[in-house]
Amino acid sequence: MTITTENPLVRIEGLHKFYGQHHVLRGIDLEVNRGEVSVVIGPSGSGKSTMLRCVNLLETISAGRISVGGKLIGYREVNGRLHDLKTKEIAAQRREIGMVFQRFNLFPHKTALYNVMEAPVQVKGQSRDAARKRAMELLDRVGLSDHAGHYPSQLSGGQQQRVAIARALAMDPELMLFDEPTSALDPELVGDVLNVMKDLAQSGMTMIVVTHEIGFAREVGDRLTFMDGGVVVESGDPQEVLANPQHPRTKEFLSRVL
Amino acid sequence: MASHEDKHEAPVVLNHPVPVRHPGRWISAIIILGALALFLQSLVTNPNFRWDIVGTYILDTKVVQGVGWTLLLTAAAMVLAIVLAILLAFMRQSENPVFRWSSWAWVWFFRGTPVYTQLVFWGLISVLYPKITAGIPFGPEWFAVDTSAVITTTAAAILGLGLNESAYLAEIFRAGLKSVDRGQEEAAAALGMGKTKIMWRIILPQAMRVIVPPTGNETIGMLKTTSLVLAVPFTLDLTFATNTLANRTYLPVPLLIVAAIWYLVITSLLMVGQHFIEAYYGKGVDNLAPAAINPAAAKAAAAMAPSAAAEPALKMDLPEDEAK
Repeated sequence: MTITTENPLVRIEGLHKFYGQHHVLRGIDLEVNRGEVSVVIGPSGSGKSTMLRCVNLLETISAGRISVGGKLIGYREVNGRLHDLKTKEIAAQRREIGMVFQRFNLFPHKTALYNVMEAPVQVKGQSRDAARKRAMELLDRVGLSDHAGHYPSQLSGGQQQRVAIARALAMDPELMLFDEPTSALDPELVGDVLNVMKDLAQSGMTMIVVTHEIGFAREVGDRLTFMDGGVVVESGDPQEVLANPQHPRTKEFLSRVL
Repeated sequence: MASHEDKHEAPVVLNHPVPVRHPGRWISAIIILGALALFLQSLVTNPNFRWDIVGTYILDTKVVQGVGWTLLLTAAAMVLAIVLAILLAFMRQSENPVFRWSSWAWVWFFRGTPVYTQLVFWGLISVLYPKITAGIPFGPEWFAVDTSAVITTTAAAILGLGLNESAYLAEIFRAGLKSVDRGQEEAAAALGMGKTKIMWRIILPQAMRVIVPPTGNETIGMLKTTSLVLAVPFTLDLTFATNTLANRTYLPVPLLIVAAIWYLVITSLLMVGQHFIEAYYGKGVDNLAPAAINPAAAKAAAAMAPSAAAEPALKMDLPEDEAK
């Protein structure tokens, strides 16, 4: 078995991803410490979302290793050989990792409250009353307790995304993944979602955030990683990377988005 | 906003355009209503309809029992077909290639042969297999029963109708499952839900929106397909009952009307039921809860009792609380 080390919480080593012949990720190394906010930026097609989706196995890992909390994701290592985990074991690993999607993916047939309650009741086996109480607290935290009875179609994009954050938090994950959480939102709704994420970062949550919001990266990020062409081009303190990018590709990208 | 309007408080003069005339609508209405009047007049004046006979037999014991059997066959065949169809649709999506292949083969066979032929076949099953035995192939037998004792004519009729229907419904369910956005499965998986829970609690309830209307259609179709059970031969359904009476009285027309009236009544009831099922599975998409119409009231309700406001359609809340 692998030796478990507490830090970093997330360790991505030599991650490769192929879609058939298409080589999307070409050896990614990334570490995220507990309580850290790691922001990943890069042009579309750079592989940043694919990398994020590998962390909770929404994409299979072609080569390399990802571990969260010292535990290997998706595999069991026996005598130096990797064995696929069973579907149930993968589901158990995903419980520790919350994910927020670009397109929210709320369950349209359930109200906001039931969206948040679903996994705690169905997966963790919490009582309905306990789950309801906790769900109301979380909806309150994202500023939507008075929208608990609304269906997703009755909520704005920004409100839906905040419900989606509350839904992920209801499982008490140790890591939160954000896959371009504000990219599908009208500009005036972005701020509310970013504020919720900022609040979450300040509460000590470990987060990996794939985003185009450079302002959020500068203000909230502990580490900024720039990806292009399936590799990490540059990584470091957000203020420094943004003010003084070392690599020409980073410079070019930033000159276009800033 | 209001103060801005107040400054120029000129009265609004509404446009009153001359509407476009539609003489075609009047002409078509006159033609259709005229034809309808002629038809209704014939119903009253043509003695061959024998409405007195219709009145005599509409509540005849044999007829009412026939209605009962027709309903039983329809319900049993549809329940069997729906259970099989869900199974077949899940198997078709499975990662197990043997499941995918056998589901495909089932649909191919039962959809590819006439339901009449299948009913005759089930009627003859005891000729083909006189005994049903359980045991190891070419090895010892554990028990054996006479096929005719197990596959009665009723069972044969239900099996024939249900298995044939399952093939059609499987395709309807498959289309429904495919209509649900992939993001739903991903979101549920990311929450740590297992495959079965994702299917039953997230995918299927959303797919039902797409599945219910054609399934209602199939149910109404089944109601009338039951008249083919004569092929088994099963002789208690509505069509057989009215045909028997018609042959005895030499009055086919009034007894056909009796059967038609009953089929129409049942179809109408099924359509009402379908309306409510559609409304139930359309929640959150087609029919929105009152909360949206009156946000202020919802806010007040939420402040008072969060649990009650959470699910305004409380009567429709059964699956949430039943599923454990």
